[in-house]
Amino acid sequence: MAVRKTARGARRKPGVLASFVHVDAAADAIRALRARGIKGLVVYSAAPNHEIEEALDHRVSPVRLITLIGGLTGCAAGFGMTLWMSYDWPVLVGGKPIGSVPPYVVIAFELTILLGALSTVAAVALFSILMGRRGVPYDPKFSDDTIGVFVPATQDLARQVEQMMHSAGAVEVRYEGA
Amino acid sequence: MAAVAPPRSVGHDGLVITQTHADVTRDVVGTLSPPTRGYVLLLLGAVSLFLIGIVTFLVLVKDGLGHAGYQPPIFWSVYITTFVFWVGIGHAGTLISAILFLFRSPWRTAVYRSTEAMTVFAVMTAGLFPIIHIGRQWIFYWLLPYPNSRFLWPNFKSPLIWDVFAISTYLTVSTTFLVFGLIPDVAAVRDKASGWRKKVYELASVGWRGTDNQWRHYSRAYLYLAALATPLVLSVHSVVSWDFAVSILPGWHGTIFAPYFVAGAIYSGIGMVLTLIIPLRRALRIEHMITAYHFDNLAKLTLLTGSILFYAYGMEYFVAWYSSNIFEQTTFYRRAFGPYWWAGWTMIICNAFVSQLLWFRKIRTNLTSLFVISIFINIGMWFERYVIIVSSLSNDYVPWAWDQLNPTWADWGILAGSFGWFGMWFLLFAKNFPIVAIQEIKEMIPMPRKRGGHH
Repeated sequence: MAVRKTARGARRKPGVLASFVHVDAAADAIRALRARGIKGLVVYSAAPNHEIEEALDHRVSPVRLITLIGGLTGCAAGFGMTLWMSYDWPVLVGGKPIGSVPPYVVIAFELTILLGALSTVAAVALFSILMGRRGVPYDPKFSDDTIGVFVPATQDLARQVEQMMHSAGAVEVRYEGA
Repeated sequence: MAAVAPPRSVGHDGLVITQTHADVTRDVVGTLSPPTRGYVLLLLGAVSLFLIGIVTFLVLVKDGLGHAGYQPPIFWSVYITTFVFWVGIGHAGTLISAILFLFRSPWRTAVYRSTEAMTVFAVMTAGLFPIIHIGRQWIFYWLLPYPNSRFLWPNFKSPLIWDVFAISTYLTVSTTFLVFGLIPDVAAVRDKASGWRKKVYELASVGWRGTDNQWRHYSRAYLYLAALATPLVLSVHSVVSWDFAVSILPGWHGTIFAPYFVAGAIYSGIGMVLTLIIPLRRALRIEHMITAYHFDNLAKLTLLTGSILFYAYGMEYFVAWYSSNIFEQTTFYRRAFGPYWWAGWTMIICNAFVSQLLWFRKIRTNLTSLFVISIFINIGMWFERYVIIVSSLSNDYVPWAWDQLNPTWADWGILAGSFGWFGMWFLLFAKNFPIVAIQEIKEMIPMPRKRGGHH
């Protein structure tokens, strides 16, 4: 059997793709699937939604740690660069000490913000795009007004999952083979 | 102060008339339809102005800054005035997109994308001016700290170097913030587009699918970007103000300069926001998304910042009088009654007095009057910087060196070019990317529930 691939070349994952127009129905379905111990769910939505987030119960994103590291690196780089360059070729300016920390606070502050912001975006690119799961079926209506729930499942389990999705209130349920 | 009631709708905060998520996508994607004749004419106008700027710049490169009237004692004039003007314009965008986001102010949602785009293009425009001003543009990189053949490093005690770092950081972070916010919306456009446009939006959406995992990281990151942009926007115009305040020139070395400049920047930025979105909402047929409610709130912000400016102008004159410093007193006397009286009074009338009209609700919600006021604000804020820079430089401590500068054709040419450059980018953006944030508006509209009610 030929293996189907997605547009990005990733191997397509088999499973059940359900569409919901009611947010509480989608949340019910997610809770039911999690209660059954089914893992690897992918939930699509056009905007973040607290009810879905609560049902999924994810851990807090590690992006904050990367932001902190980026910001601290920028701060250290700002002070390090200004002080090192001042002493590397000492020039007396306005009778002030060669290494004057107060004016260098401005440079350190700007670099804190700069590296903090850039590392935040890099972290999102890393966690959600580069390390994100590939080969998961998608429907363009998920960016419009429909919530999508993809449940990885073999053909044996699919029937059971489809039943769960229908009873939770899905408006469309289909099996996506590999 | 009487407030305008939010438009009736289904949203938590009653902000959006459009009733469903699908309507939001349809209406915003609809703004990307083929351009009208009016849009093309506006774009041609902007490109023509930009070409005037290019020609003027080429003459300056060939002949030198003498064309711009640079002579003792005035070596900072219209170009630095316009630089500060454009940097200031950017501030309203960051205030609305980042600071109001942290304050959870819901009315920002419909207008923040256009103001954020305005910020990026305004700072892009501002960034050209120090390069035009330095005269020998081909060695602008001397401002950057890189190992050079003379083993010298930049003087980090100079506010001008602080400015290089502040403006570069501001441009980078504002652009990042704009692009980051655009990704989910571009993905929504991608899913509605067809043909080659779909391929372009597919690339621009960098694989965004709106999965739970993507939203989990994205929402956090957006919060942190807003938190980082907030102190940044307050710092940038403070640093710009220190370009002046750290010197010892009369009229410049005031401790009030940082907050005074920040308030002025936000004031001027909101003025430009009004100038841009009042016609834009009509041209793109999104009047039902950007309503009198939003304009009322923007006008209140204008009134607040205009009143802070009013206070700052009064305080500057008070401090000059109270200081008993003859140089300071002379400078401020000459701003009101000297050779630049016309510029001084233009600034005071346009900024301090015209903004006070916004105490009246009828004016705040009348778009014609708001548009006219916004033009006064733009003119007044340009003149504020002109007065601060040129009048102080023309009358310093040594009266025999006093001189006057009147803007030359090269000043007006570059100024016109900057408006063209800014307008060109803004118009191109408005027709190719969602000018209203699809995802954030959807976030405010409750999704249907099979059991009814709210979560």
